[in-house]
Amino acid sequence: MDNKQSDHDDVNLKGTLVSVFIVGIIIVAMWVAVYMMYVAR
Amino acid sequence: MHLHKYEKIWLSFGIVSLIVFLSVVGVSAFSQDHTPSGGMETIDPEKVNETAPFDNPGVTQLDEDTYQVAIVALAFGYTAPDLRVPAGKEIIFKVTSTDVVHSFTIDNTKVNMMVVPGRITTKSYTFEEPGKYLILCNEYCGTGHHMMYTEIEVY
Amino acid sequence: MIAYSDRKIALWHIGVAYTAFLIGTLMGVLQVFVRNDSLELPAWLDYYQVLTAHGVLLALIYTTFFIFAFFITGMSKSLGSFGPKVRLFSWIGLWVTLLGTVIATVLIIIGEASVLYTFYAPMQANGFYYVGLALVIVGTWISSFALVGHYLGWRRRNKGQLSPLFAFMTITTIVMWIIACLGVVATVLFQYIPWAFGWTDTINVELSRSLFWYFGHPLVYFWLLPAYIAWYTIVPKLLGVKVFSDSLARLAFVLFILFSIPVGFHHQLTEPGISNFWKFLQVVLTFMVIVPSLMTAFSMFATFEIAGRKKGGTGLFGWFKKLPWKDVRFTSIFIAMVFFIPGGAGGIINASFQLNEVVHNTLWIVGHFHITVGTPVAMTFMGLTFWLIPYLTGRRFTKRMQILGFIQIITWSIGMLLMSTAQHVLGLLGAPRRTAYSGYNDHPAAMEWFEGIVSNHLTMAIGGTILFLSAMILMYIVIMTMFVSPKAETPEQMVEFPLAESDMSNTPKWLENWWIWIGIAAVLIIVAYAIPISQMIQHAPPGSKGFITW
Repeated sequence: MDNKQSDHDDVNLKGTLVSVFIVGIIIVAMWVAVYMMYVAR
Repeated sequence: MHLHKYEKIWLSFGIVSLIVFLSVVGVSAFSQDHTPSGGMETIDPEKVNETAPFDNPGVTQLDEDTYQVAIVALAFGYTAPDLRVPAGKEIIFKVTSTDVVHSFTIDNTKVNMMVVPGRITTKSYTFEEPGKYLILCNEYCGTGHHMMYTEIEVY
Repeated sequence: MIAYSDRKIALWHIGVAYTAFLIGTLMGVLQVFVRNDSLELPAWLDYYQVLTAHGVLLALIYTTFFIFAFFITGMSKSLGSFGPKVRLFSWIGLWVTLLGTVIATVLIIIGEASVLYTFYAPMQANGFYYVGLALVIVGTWISSFALVGHYLGWRRRNKGQLSPLFAFMTITTIVMWIIACLGVVATVLFQYIPWAFGWTDTINVELSRSLFWYFGHPLVYFWLLPAYIAWYTIVPKLLGVKVFSDSLARLAFVLFILFSIPVGFHHQLTEPGISNFWKFLQVVLTFMVIVPSLMTAFSMFATFEIAGRKKGGTGLFGWFKKLPWKDVRFTSIFIAMVFFIPGGAGGIINASFQLNEVVHNTLWIVGHFHITVGTPVAMTFMGLTFWLIPYLTGRRFTKRMQILGFIQIITWSIGMLLMSTAQHVLGLLGAPRRTAYSGYNDHPAAMEWFEGIVSNHLTMAIGGTILFLSAMILMYIVIMTMFVSPKAETPEQMVEFPLAESDMSNTPKWLENWWIWIGIAAVLIIVAYAIPISQMIQHAPPGSKGFITW
């Protein structure tokens, strides 16, 4: 199963990596913010 | 099925984050007793007013550091006379309903309890700050839903 | 173009969907003005009646009919024209769903069913309201089985082959939907209907709530997955590339069959009758269903980057500028995706066990579903509408319509941003959801909620008004492309069904072995639900009579 699609590895997806990490940071930041509100109550 | 190198990095980051979230809430809930409101006690919804502790709703001191507050929710209010509790002590809220589903929600606290007929919802909470707190119903219960509120005084 | 008779079925679905959309959005704008004190409803119309109609018509009816229009068109396009039986059952499905809708709507209008679309017992609506809802579900099952029949016919004719990605995803969504509906069908048929018609005196409230939410969470995936189908199979075509990875797309979808159902307790985290163990177990399962969405996020960005680089974009983000921003079919869906970032993040918060106490039943939740179903899903459907109707009617999507389309999606975005941000902030402050007013006799704590820069009634009303204007522009586009726009005469004027190519050469066959997925889903459902549900039945308190509190 590891033949043709591995040519994706040759594609430059640096922008994708950065983009998804921005999404990840938004998720973590929102979660931490509400967690802090929970602890403060 | 092949994952791009970056997708592996991303999914690992995502899954680790999710595990961290779960661990934080899990440890806090089960080792420090920060579970959400709930409870497995049942009650006959038509005999609430003759069943303890709801036959005598309001504040009862259980021991030095613990108080119990029994409240009956009904469309559209709460039978809870004279709600005054001390700050810094553990308050155990016990709430049930004689009619439809309500909530017992104290503004600006962790107390946000669904109230289901036939069930007793329990939540333990310690107030830090004295003052008057707004209590309201946040589960739709009929025409007067938005008028269903009361107050608790913390001294 | 697909067969005329298939187009006709799809167009009827779209017609019903947008009729519901028209009434539903009107009900939405009424609410913000009532809350704002600038409108008093006439005596024969109650806030909660308006709210019930808004929820039922938009969340249930608009979505369902649009989804089937999209499925029918896509299945006919990718697997070939429907045979007479598939066609017949698709029509029967449409009429049964429509009959159910009409019955439920009439009962809401005459004030016999102001119980909202969650219809929690023991508030007791007129029995026919539940009959109407049951017919809606049964109707969707008939339509679903028609599509499954069409798919099985194709499989028989193409032995040993993987089905096209669109068909695979449609069937995944349908499999999940049918399993999910079992819960609501059980409670409506065996609990609500006998109780509402007086054949039984009481109802087991906690059981009915749990069966509802067994259905209620996968319901949101029933809305989301068709949007994901568009993201995976339509968007790459608009960008001029192939699907990023056929096998990962399919894997993401089967994960939804597995993990979107055994998670309903995360809607019941603050209620009694379910022990902490079972609540937490379902919280863990809920977190599993986040993974296929993380996979989807990666696939989408990768699709954008590959497309942008192909068009000459360089550097870290050069590809971003090369995306077809002037194509309203793409830009609409892109905005939909962006809204899903905070939408999904909010969902993780909601499901985080005790964190739910901060947000449960507050306006945060209302904000949450307006930036999940209300924008990511709805705006994807709008983006599809722009080409789906002209494709089906053979009319042109004129320059003027394209400009209006842009105005429509931009106004929707601005309106939703204002309204949902206000709702999120108000909810975090503590303002409850589902209330006509939240002043509590001018209680100082309640007054404080509404004094923020964004957290106030005015922001909500401005947002709601802009949204309504946007909805009316969309209605204009729908009517024009349906009945008025000039017919396409040259091939360039013809509107296409933009279905991307998907390279299946590396896709393992076991991904299309439905029995594996249905089997694992069944095991997970039994693990998550069998014991707590049987406890609810065995240790049930005396049941509740019906109450009419409106």
